[in-house]
Amino acid sequence: MIVELGHFALLLGLGMALVQGVLPMLGAYTGNAVWMRMARPATAAQLAMVAIAYGCLTYAFIQLDFSVLYVANNANSELPLMYRIAAVWGAHEGSLLLWILMLAGWSMAVALWSKRLPEVFSARVLAVLGLLSVGFILFTVLTSNPFERVFPIPVDGRDLNPLLQDPALVIHPPLLYMGYVGLSIPFAFAVAALLGGGLDAVWARWSRPWATLAWVFLTLGITLGSWWAYYELGWGGWWFWDPVENASFLPWLVATALIHSLAATDKRDAFKSWTVLLAISGFALSLLGTFLVRSGVLVSVHAFATDPDRGAFLLAFFIAAVGGALLLYAFRANKMTSSARYGAISREGFLLANNVLLVVATGVVLLGTLYPLIVDALGLGKISVGPPYFNAVFVPVMLPLVLLMGFGPFSRWKRTGLLDLIQRLKWPLLGSAAAGLALPWLIEGSNSLILFAALALAFWAIWTAILDPWQRWRKLKGDGRRLPRSVLGMCLAHVGIGVFIIGVAVDTEFGVERNLRVVPGDTFEVHGYQFEFEGLRTVAGPNWDAVEGVFHVTRGARKVTTLRPQKRVYRVQADPMTQVAIHPRLRRDLYLVLGEPLGGGAWSARVNYHPMVRWIWLGALLMAFGGVLAATDRRYRPGAR
Amino acid sequence: MTPARKQRLSVVLLIVFGVSLATVLALRAFEDNILFFYSPTQVLAGEAPLDKRFRIGGLVEEGSVNREEGSVAMTFMLTDTLHQVAIEYSGLLPNLFREGQGVIAHGRLREDGMFVADEVLARHDENYMAPEVHEALKRAAREPVAPHGEGG
Repeated sequence: MIVELGHFALLLGLGMALVQGVLPMLGAYTGNAVWMRMARPATAAQLAMVAIAYGCLTYAFIQLDFSVLYVANNANSELPLMYRIAAVWGAHEGSLLLWILMLAGWSMAVALWSKRLPEVFSARVLAVLGLLSVGFILFTVLTSNPFERVFPIPVDGRDLNPLLQDPALVIHPPLLYMGYVGLSIPFAFAVAALLGGGLDAVWARWSRPWATLAWVFLTLGITLGSWWAYYELGWGGWWFWDPVENASFLPWLVATALIHSLAATDKRDAFKSWTVLLAISGFALSLLGTFLVRSGVLVSVHAFATDPDRGAFLLAFFIAAVGGALLLYAFRANKMTSSARYGAISREGFLLANNVLLVVATGVVLLGTLYPLIVDALGLGKISVGPPYFNAVFVPVMLPLVLLMGFGPFSRWKRTGLLDLIQRLKWPLLGSAAAGLALPWLIEGSNSLILFAALALAFWAIWTAILDPWQRWRKLKGDGRRLPRSVLGMCLAHVGIGVFIIGVAVDTEFGVERNLRVVPGDTFEVHGYQFEFEGLRTVAGPNWDAVEGVFHVTRGARKVTTLRPQKRVYRVQADPMTQVAIHPRLRRDLYLVLGEPLGGGAWSARVNYHPMVRWIWLGALLMAFGGVLAATDRRYRPGAR
Repeated sequence: MTPARKQRLSVVLLIVFGVSLATVLALRAFEDNILFFYSPTQVLAGEAPLDKRFRIGGLVEEGSVNREEGSVAMTFMLTDTLHQVAIEYSGLLPNLFREGQGVIAHGRLREDGMFVADEVLARHDENYMAPEVHEALKRAAREPVAPHGEGG
């Protein structure tokens, strides 16, 4: 009964989304204020219906209603409660429902926070969001209904994919989806601006906090995914350039470009049509990512749903949404002339370079991700493009970006003297170059050129990102004013980039990996740490059994820790799973994976020494926190000047 | 030129520069880093390159896994049910590696016909098989006669 109620609520949600998508749009077109005013109540009603549908599915999971196919496929009577709730988005159908719920939630947030915007504009924005909701709900109802019943009713369920039974995986998909879906807000703003003629750039200011928030969620989602891959997959790395990772990274790159170009459009009326194009591309890439992951055209650890119908529907939806927006852009963009004039060395110039480099990076990553698909479709053979390609194309584009990032905030709008700029920044320039050269050489005797470049740029990024607010603060202090949050946020995010680069460079350069054959009683040494393999024991969890290795780690005479890596077998889906043992510290991780029995009591094991690997995620968290600060600046509050 | 034109020209030049930078980087990286896929039948027919890394896929033949005493090195036979290629690998195997299971190995072919793998992949799903392996098996099933010397 509850399940049918959920299904019915979803269908009602579709109706509400239709009202939200059509009436206000027509109202904005004809100038009918009553119809335009329908946008907010329709959005609220849609959210309510979708939330009921979502609640019903969650209820079915908590109650373990195995008469629902989706529940039977993704839960089991032994599954702990937390994972039952999280299992709602553990596979394709339910994660789409989560997606729809988030889209409705974002739309409601826009409805609530856009009351001071012109009625016509907010009606258009909400209508565009409503049409997107219609597309996604239709997709769910027609191709991926989570409320489908199964008969005969199975005695027990097939359990949630063991890989997903992990606390980080409980929040990784929701965060990532918040980011993906959040990019539909700047998209809707841009389309609404195009519909309205887009003659001024105030819409850029209105959409800035939304774009930044979506970017924050994307950053957090990707970071969490990377961390999860690091400790759950047990491959010893934190990023694999896996197609599905790329599918989340591509929208991030464009969103990063977008929040920078929005700044120029907001402040200086520059890059207007370019910003619109970025807003459209950001959303297009998040749709493309969904399409690639959901259609099964990509082969990856994540590709769990393969159904050609779904792919066809998503492709059609992609073409309708993105194609429509681009068509509109083609007709309207010529009206969007930017009045701003600026010199090559100026804030605008640096922001333009930022955008060009980020878009180039997006292009090369997209090319590497899609190339195997294109080659396969043309019948030219089966190929794969591995991490070496991505590292070879991505890093050379990012390094100049970081160099320019240091100059950008110190430059003025319109025009800045190059010599003046260098004069002001000579100490950070010289200092970070010296530190980048000296530190790795002093500590490890390394003379790698790329390490020098990466570290020097990281110091440069951090130094300039601290110097900038410091100088501004000293100037403002005299007037008794405080630094705006947006400046602090930007600087914090730029510090985060530096911290991130340090982590990546040091871990890549000085990381140690050793594959070993170990017998109980063995001792071995990795990077100054002595490991003693005491032996194995068996342990059991709520729905799994495991073999656990016990390794005592000492350094000299000091006891460091005892690592207990596991080989788990989940009772329902009998795949063995690696449970990595990690001893985390800010300056290094010890990382131990139990392999497989080699016979005669021996096991294979892999030990990784990961120096400063935590800095990678720490840097990303700083970026996200900076984004939160910037998005909550009072300048963007509704009604602020 | 008017200042507006000049500015537009500089923007266009910057974008052209960016795109050409990307093209050069991508082409150079592609040259070295694309891995082609070959089935054991294709490798034995001499289609696979000797001087480049590539991927090979098939089923791990039953009873062929051979571990070296005292280390993590091992050899096994990879089959597409028609032909076998010997694989040498040293390191941790993926969780789902077992005899009879479809796997993909990345590495180089040695002169003596041994494939030296630096990476072995098996997917995280007991029912899942990489499409390349699936297709290679299907193709092998269609050609019951040993196709030595001809293209697979």
